[in-house]
Amino acid sequence: MVKENSPAADHPATLRLRLRVWRQRPGQPGAFEEHELPAVPTSASFLEMMDLLNERLIREGKEPVAFDHDCREGICGMCSMTINGMPHGPLPGVTTCQLHMRNFRDGETITVEPWRARAFPVLRDLMVDRSGFDKVVQAGGFISVRTGSAPEANSIPVPKPVADEAMDAAECIGCGACVASCKNGSAMLFVGAKVTHLNLLPQGKPEAGRRAVAMVRAMDEAGFGNCTNYGECQAHCPKGITLDVIARLNRDYLAERVRAFFASTGKPRRGGD
Amino acid sequence: MIPDAKIPAGPLAQKWQSHKARLRLVNPANRRKYHVIVVGSGLAGSAAAASLGELGYEVSCFCYQDSPRRAHSIAAQGGINAAKNYPNDGDSVRRLFLDTIKGGDYRAREANVHRLAELSVSIIDQCVAQGVPFAREYGGQLANRSFGGAQVSRTFYARGQTGQQLLLGAYSALSRQVGAGSVRMYPRHEMLDLVLVGGHAKGIVTRNLVTGEVRSWAADCVVLCTGGYGNVFYLSTNAQGCNVTATHRAHRRGALFANPCYTQIHPTCIPAHGDDQSKLTLMSESLRNDGRVWVPKDAADCGKDPASLPESARDYFLERKYPSYGNLAPRDIASRAAKEACDDGRGVGPSVDGRRLGVYLDFSASIARLGEPVIRERYGNLFDMYENITGENAYRRPMRIYPAVHYTMGGLWVDYNLQSNIPGLFVGGEANFSDHGANRLGASALMQGLADGYFVLPATVADYLAGVGLSGRPSGEGPEFRQALAETNDRVARLLAVGGKETPRSYHKRLGKIVWEQCGMARSKEGLTKAIADIRALREDFWRNVSVPGTGAGVTPALEHAGRVADFLEFGELMCRDALVREESCGGHFRVEHQDAGEARRDDAAFAHVAAWEWKGEGAEPVRHAEPLAYEEVQFSTRSYK
Repeated sequence: MVKENSPAADHPATLRLRLRVWRQRPGQPGAFEEHELPAVPTSASFLEMMDLLNERLIREGKEPVAFDHDCREGICGMCSMTINGMPHGPLPGVTTCQLHMRNFRDGETITVEPWRARAFPVLRDLMVDRSGFDKVVQAGGFISVRTGSAPEANSIPVPKPVADEAMDAAECIGCGACVASCKNGSAMLFVGAKVTHLNLLPQGKPEAGRRAVAMVRAMDEAGFGNCTNYGECQAHCPKGITLDVIARLNRDYLAERVRAFFASTGKPRRGGD
Repeated sequence: MIPDAKIPAGPLAQKWQSHKARLRLVNPANRRKYHVIVVGSGLAGSAAAASLGELGYEVSCFCYQDSPRRAHSIAAQGGINAAKNYPNDGDSVRRLFLDTIKGGDYRAREANVHRLAELSVSIIDQCVAQGVPFAREYGGQLANRSFGGAQVSRTFYARGQTGQQLLLGAYSALSRQVGAGSVRMYPRHEMLDLVLVGGHAKGIVTRNLVTGEVRSWAADCVVLCTGGYGNVFYLSTNAQGCNVTATHRAHRRGALFANPCYTQIHPTCIPAHGDDQSKLTLMSESLRNDGRVWVPKDAADCGKDPASLPESARDYFLERKYPSYGNLAPRDIASRAAKEACDDGRGVGPSVDGRRLGVYLDFSASIARLGEPVIRERYGNLFDMYENITGENAYRRPMRIYPAVHYTMGGLWVDYNLQSNIPGLFVGGEANFSDHGANRLGASALMQGLADGYFVLPATVADYLAGVGLSGRPSGEGPEFRQALAETNDRVARLLAVGGKETPRSYHKRLGKIVWEQCGMARSKEGLTKAIADIRALREDFWRNVSVPGTGAGVTPALEHAGRVADFLEFGELMCRDALVREESCGGHFRVEHQDAGEARRDDAAFAHVAAWEWKGEGAEPVRHAEPLAYEEVQFSTRSYK
């Protein structure tokens, strides 16, 4: 048992919680399962609270709740729980793994669900299939450069504000909270972040238009919905990616379609759109 | 019998270029006829798979995460070294080479380290071309900063997320090849065994973590880039899924495991909060630039509010012991000093298992001198992260820190070509042992992973494939594959059949406690001997009392964890054994018997060699082989930070 001697320990060092956890097997309908957790340390992370539950289930010979998690420091993007209806829970700018139990009240009932989106089918309990994101990146989320053929790094100057803006967009961890929070299940924030990161940089310019069109097309094929400017994605993004990236994606997409339209009036050409 | 390290002849600075010119090539039209398996999708694995796919080989890449982009390289914060000498401060390939050799406490292979320093330059070019958004100066040129163990600024960085950005660069290159059809990606697959045919690595056995299917895959060669084994300590800064299974299973099939006792402990991590702790979080080492490390002089004061303790009651132990380096003493030294203070009963913070394991990192003097806004600008994100995890405001109250495991220098033995003693088995990144000796310098793990993946493996794998020719690939139906598959299925069934009452995690925790206490920051003959006995007893208990619910079909997290813990329970013993035999202190390996008043004492006459361990079967004593470290250009010297 931990005794906290910090000023933050004004409230009880442990919480009694009731958990409503989504359980689901592939191909079957899911349902909530209720569990009482009598003593969850306030210092524990949300996933450590889930560990407590799973330890008890395993000791009882029952199958633990399956959930995705890995780095537990908010950078790998693997953890993905909808907590009380909010992807990654109530705290802004925080992934599920970085959410700590001191943010909950004694006696509270917490509802834990997987990401809910058509393009993210449930694999088991709280685990979903996010391979749609990989497919979108495979369609164009890269700069085509061969290993070993790169020019000297400082031969491509990048103005600091441009590099900083690209970095803001590149901070996306690909967790999918944007999709899970969107009523349409749209992946525009994710795609916009990648397109913004690469299209802003001089290295990414030669493929900028093709990239935007190819990634949007792959996004549609993977079953993600359209953007209708709800802005929920921005509100729930743990890395603070803003709607600006969607604006840039739309602009680059449109510019390429217009360019391709006029280009296509000439002689037949391959590629593009 | 230590196999030949195949260090090329000739002057050190020309070895790699002349060696590369002699490596055999595969005709472009023939490359697609060769199948290469890459296990792991971190910096080394992604870079190798992407580069080999681009060259035209048929590549299959496996990872346990749901996407290759999530491998734990992503968590590296600080930066990546390269001998670009952009700041014009006198850096060179030779200087980076010398710093790395010295940082490794003269236990790394000279030729490998020199190659690493040479390739560092090309890595930055490659990553910039891929669109990695490194920090820039206002003139648009790349920015550099300084890092521990060097007198020049050679570290390139992308905010505090350099690992993330480099991995996303490698992931984009990999994705491009997947999209082009030259690499097939198998996420949520865990490698459970290596298949040898005629003594060559020709395939692997995997378990599909979604369906539970166990199957084998045949190839012309196998590349392991499966990371380090830091999670043998249970609590570490590694991701939850990081494990030793792939390398340990290869070890059981005959691959030598080199220097398993070389592990790195990072001094500035957030202390454990209690018994339910699942991982430790690193705080950037840069905090020690403005924070002062202290504990109360009197153990009776440890539970008191730190603000109530006057200066005279505080022991600034790093400043006291190492007046010239003070709070910036190197990682291993700062870590050991914190441990000593806590072992002395003067640790601070919540008491866990009756002990307070933490020391203060106090910013009050810097805040008084520079003002809170300056400190907030420098470290704001770290203070926020600290408050998020601990609930404490470090502007008002000193931070608490404690050392934690975060990197392992040991790994599978490889020759200069990064090929293990098993022909056709290549090992890259943290999974191999070759470049960091007994201690790794900051900002050099990313460098090594990418050097191996982008530049070394594509050249040396081709040489192997050209040597074995096109008739080398087995069908995958032969007795070796059937046997490996049967053994893996049997092992899975055994884990499911134990039917005990204890969770895999409870064993993992107990193992972690044993190795942390006895094979962590300070090691002794007595403690290591006891640890070996304790691990054996724990292993027996595991196979009698572990509980793994489920049938093994479909998603079975308890089975995944149990399999990894079972391998850690075998590997942990090897690590302690290696530490026991190495009767010296070097880098991260500190034997209490071998010190000069707290300072590590190396024994170059007896231990200037790589220890490579050979598996001899369950319950049998492993055999230790020694590869002498013959230095052509470097002189041994002693590190001092007094």
